[in-house]
Amino acid sequence: MPAVDAFWGKLSWAAIPIDSPLPIMASLVVAAAIVGVLAWVAIKGLFPYLWREWITSVDHKRVGVMYVVLALVMLLRGFADAVMMRTQQAMAFNAPGYLPPAHYDQIFSSHGTIMIFFVAMPFVIGLMNFVVPLQIGARDVAFPTLNSVSFWLTATGALLVNISLFVGEFARTGWIVYPPLSELAYSPGVGVDYYLWSLQIAGVGTLLTGVNFVTTILKSRAPGMDLMRMPMFCWTALASSLLIVAAFPVLTATLAMLILDRYLGFHFFTNEAGGNVMMFMNLIWAWGHPEVYILILPAFGIFSEVIATFSSKGLFGYRSMVVATMAICVLSFSVWLHHFFTMGAGANVNAVFGILSTIIAVPTGVKVFNWLFTIYGGRVRYTVPVLWSIGFMITFVIGGMTGVLLALPPVDFVLHNSLFLVAHFHNVIIGGVVFGLFAGYTYWFPKAFGFRLHEGLGKAAFWFWTAGFYLAFMPLYVLGFLGMTRRMQQYDVPAWHPWLIAAAAGAALIAVGVGFQVAQLYYSIRHRESLRDASGDPWNGRTLEWSTSSPPPSYNFAVPPAVTALDAFWADKQAALAHATEPPTPDYVALELPRNSATGVTCAFFASLMGFALIWHIWWLAALGVVGAFVTFVIFAWRDHAEVELSADEVARRDLPDRAARLRATAPRLVS
Amino acid sequence: MNAAVSAAGSASASKRIAVGYGFWIFLLSDIVMFSCFFASYAVLVHATAGGPNGRTFFDLDRVGLETACLLLSSFTCGLAFVASSKRRALLFHAAMTVTLLLGATFLALEGVEFASLVARDAGPTHSAFLSAFFALVGCHGIHVSIGLLWLMTMMAQVYAKGFRDDILRRLLCFNLFWHALDIIWVALFTVVYLIGDTA
Repeated sequence: MPAVDAFWGKLSWAAIPIDSPLPIMASLVVAAAIVGVLAWVAIKGLFPYLWREWITSVDHKRVGVMYVVLALVMLLRGFADAVMMRTQQAMAFNAPGYLPPAHYDQIFSSHGTIMIFFVAMPFVIGLMNFVVPLQIGARDVAFPTLNSVSFWLTATGALLVNISLFVGEFARTGWIVYPPLSELAYSPGVGVDYYLWSLQIAGVGTLLTGVNFVTTILKSRAPGMDLMRMPMFCWTALASSLLIVAAFPVLTATLAMLILDRYLGFHFFTNEAGGNVMMFMNLIWAWGHPEVYILILPAFGIFSEVIATFSSKGLFGYRSMVVATMAICVLSFSVWLHHFFTMGAGANVNAVFGILSTIIAVPTGVKVFNWLFTIYGGRVRYTVPVLWSIGFMITFVIGGMTGVLLALPPVDFVLHNSLFLVAHFHNVIIGGVVFGLFAGYTYWFPKAFGFRLHEGLGKAAFWFWTAGFYLAFMPLYVLGFLGMTRRMQQYDVPAWHPWLIAAAAGAALIAVGVGFQVAQLYYSIRHRESLRDASGDPWNGRTLEWSTSSPPPSYNFAVPPAVTALDAFWADKQAALAHATEPPTPDYVALELPRNSATGVTCAFFASLMGFALIWHIWWLAALGVVGAFVTFVIFAWRDHAEVELSADEVARRDLPDRAARLRATAPRLVS
Repeated sequence: MNAAVSAAGSASASKRIAVGYGFWIFLLSDIVMFSCFFASYAVLVHATAGGPNGRTFFDLDRVGLETACLLLSSFTCGLAFVASSKRRALLFHAAMTVTLLLGATFLALEGVEFASLVARDAGPTHSAFLSAFFALVGCHGIHVSIGLLWLMTMMAQVYAKGFRDDILRRLLCFNLFWHALDIIWVALFTVVYLIGDTA
């Protein structure tokens, strides 16, 4: 272990992995990409624009877009890890492959950590940010500046994980750092510390998001927007936010205990002095299982919106969908023990948790049938979001069934920790969460930017992703039955080899799909004029976000929408059709908008200093980070004007042209 | 906030309601976090690894004094809130100062307890029980410390800016926070000290 210096802590030149070429090369590529982007921004003179309009913006739409950008960038990083694992395992039959064990272990750990915390979470939260206030007819979230703080703290966590690539190492313990392996005695390096502090900091951001969205959804709805008139996505966002509020403090506490063990010699989870390792399993999964529902419920919400819109029908069984969502929300806290059936809880305890786990399939089944019945009798338009939704329904049902299998303790004893499990959770997370996020991304993209994504390239991406998914993960089920355990750096069983080669080919197909998505984004931006949507309602939508311009003005709605029914915008359109009239020009009134604030990004800057310093035991810098964050908040609290007011005339001046443009674009529809 | 705007704006809740509501949700999450430390304490309470258990070192007199300080500080904190809603600056500052002193006394007494334990070689590294004890009680202590920092910031803010609407909303949150710490202390006093001293 390197000596601890008073000024530099544990940090020394030895932290830079000069001797291993892969991380160095990866860091150089990442560094080159960052420098390239910064140089491009500087040459174009975009820094003031970025600072004013994005970095310091507290507008929920901007924050949402930044979350999604963060998620997409980190998706590339996490996917690179996945490709490395698949190629390593394809090569490592009776051979060392190209990744040494110490490096391979970091890759599977960072893959899981990044994909859950810095891809799925920010993507879900980004879409919630963008969509929920629009769908409930609100001007912004309840606490806009806090929202910006949440985003930047999440970005801090992502930054720390990426720094670990170049300075030091990442955890080699798997993505949920089970002790005693993650204790100081067995993981003396800084890898676990990178994990712990990046998750603690990002976790604070996530918790604040949960608080913000529970308050927004329950306290900031437009007049007439009763709970039972809320779009399904808002219900799932509410359930997800409630789960965040109830589950993320558990993660914070658990990781804090591990931090105390590692930094101050406590004995929560050590082998010595009475520490209790099983307590870690219970605590981490008391967070971890609700976490998967935090991710999947909003995806269910997206599918509900997409299917209803493109079937031109109201969602079948809206009430049962609400009940199923909230049932899953509650039940998700009662199944955590199925993650460690084999660890000696006893037959009766296992039986209880096995039954509870299988019960979750009931409300989920209700949802699948509701989607199918929504499609049935509808006039379905097979757009890209619908393809993702149908791909989801087939794939997710398979993943759900393997999940029910694993929920049976006797089966679990056979399959625990095997590739069958790996196949199962990728089956539900890719087939459920990721497909849902891609559907939502395509569905709401025109709302965010005013133009659609290219349809053909999106379809190509869908087919490559889907085919690649099946080719990459169905072999993993077989390998699980063949007895292959997860996280193997090399192996000597001939029967496994062909399946692993097939899985690697599947990863290659997914890579082609990712390539199509990059191409789709690039092509769509270059040809945005031909993909432009002036109506604000490109899909003939049903909910309020489609009733305003694309992109929506900073105030979302010039006057708060008056809601009289479920699918409020659809009802308004039907009324307009029936009376063949244009809606009357509203009476504009003055409105207030939250002012931009650099609090979020400044706070995150100091949090980054603090996190990095704590990882490397540079105590003075950690103290500086804490003091800096506190001073930032005091400065924020001292400001005299939290809002800017737009006068009624100003609102009218901005809104009338938007309105006229929307009416012009929708007029042909009203006539036909 | 402009009254015309809020009346014509929407049916959504006033800022005061939204802020108070949001802070309640945050407090609930904080209580969930404490419940994890309570749970770990309950799991590890007998894992003394041959070292002392609670009965050998709990000093109920001192803990009683700590409890008195904290409960009394909640009362004075409530007084400060009443004073702030009546816009009476002098009473507000006086009541907040008393709250600060009581909170600081509480922390000092807790510090004495921790220091005496470490001095007799019963620090948190000695056993899992002591780890859980120090973490649970210390987590509450850190909350009280943050509360005192917040309290002083609020006093400075009222002194500099007066009883502005946004400052009153922050005072509401501070009050909720301070009373929540009392609730947690009551649970902690019962679970750790009272039960621990008799068991």
